[in-house]
Amino acid sequence: MLVRRVWPGRPTFNGSLSEFEQARREMLRLFDSMANESSASTSGVFPPLNVTQDEDSVFVRAEIPGINADQLAISVLRNRLSIAGKREIQLEQGKAAYHRRERPEGSFSRTLTLPVEIDAERVEARYSDGILTLTLPKAEAAKPRQISVRT
Amino acid sequence: MTKESLSRDDLSSDARVRSDARGPEQTRPGEVYSPATDIFETDEAITVLADMPGVKADALQIDLRDNVLTLTGRVARPESGYESELLREYQVGTFYRQFTLSERIDQAKIDAKLRDGVLRLELPKIERAKPRTIQVRTG
Repeated sequence: MLVRRVWPGRPTFNGSLSEFEQARREMLRLFDSMANESSASTSGVFPPLNVTQDEDSVFVRAEIPGINADQLAISVLRNRLSIAGKREIQLEQGKAAYHRRERPEGSFSRTLTLPVEIDAERVEARYSDGILTLTLPKAEAAKPRQISVRT
Repeated sequence: MTKESLSRDDLSSDARVRSDARGPEQTRPGEVYSPATDIFETDEAITVLADMPGVKADALQIDLRDNVLTLTGRVARPESGYESELLREYQVGTFYRQFTLSERIDQAKIDAKLRDGVLRLELPKIERAKPRTIQVRTG
C-alpha cells in the first residue's frame, strides 16, 4: 500500500503513541520512501501540486482538504504563481481521547515558476471537494502562433 | 472499555490492512492510498476524520460489519484528454482504509458528513446496560 505523507514532521499525538508505535511509524515511513522514490522526492511539500497545460492555459491542481477558501491567498505575476494559506484543525475539547492524529495542519506557502507568462487578469480559481483548481490562461504573447507563408 | 485496548485493536487492524493491500487490494484497477486520519473517542462516541481530497459523496463507501469499519473513496481523474503534464506531485486513485472497532456501535445512529474533501464520521456507542443489583433474600 502506498501511504502518502506530505508532512514528515507533522505533529503526532504523543499521549497516545507508545515508543514502539513511534518506532514502527518511522520504519514504515522508511520503507515507503524506499519503495517509492518519486513520492519521497515530494514528501514534506504541502500542498502537493499537479500542473498540466493545453494550448491556451496552464492548470494547477492542489490537494488542500478541509480549509476555508477565503483563507487562501493566490497571486500571479508574469510567470510566477504563489499559493499561501493556513490549515487549522480544531482539537476536540473536553474528555475526548485521541487515538490517531495524522492530518497535517499549519501555514503553507508555495511559489511556482511556470514555463509561460500568464494573463493574470483572467485567472480563475475554484475550490471543491478539497481540491483547488486554478485555470491560468497563457498571455497572448506566449501562445503558439500560426505563421502563414506568403508566396 | 479503555483507550489502550482500542489502540491495540487499531494496531492489529492496521497490520491486517497492510497484508490485505498486498493481496486482494492490488487486483483493483488504479492505485490505492491510505487517507490521513484522526480518531478520537468520548464516552458517547468514536469520531473518525479522514482527509480524502477529490472524493465526492457518491463515490464514498462506508461499511461497518463485524466491527470492521471500511472507508473507500474513489477519485476520478480531473484532467481533460487535451492536457499534457508539467509536474506531478500527487497521484489520483482510491482512498482505502480499515479499522477494527472494539466498541459496540449503534448502527442506526451513525452520521457521516463529507465536506471539502474531509470525511467526518460519528459512531455513537451503544448505551451499556445499566448494572443491576440483585437482591438476595434470606429466608
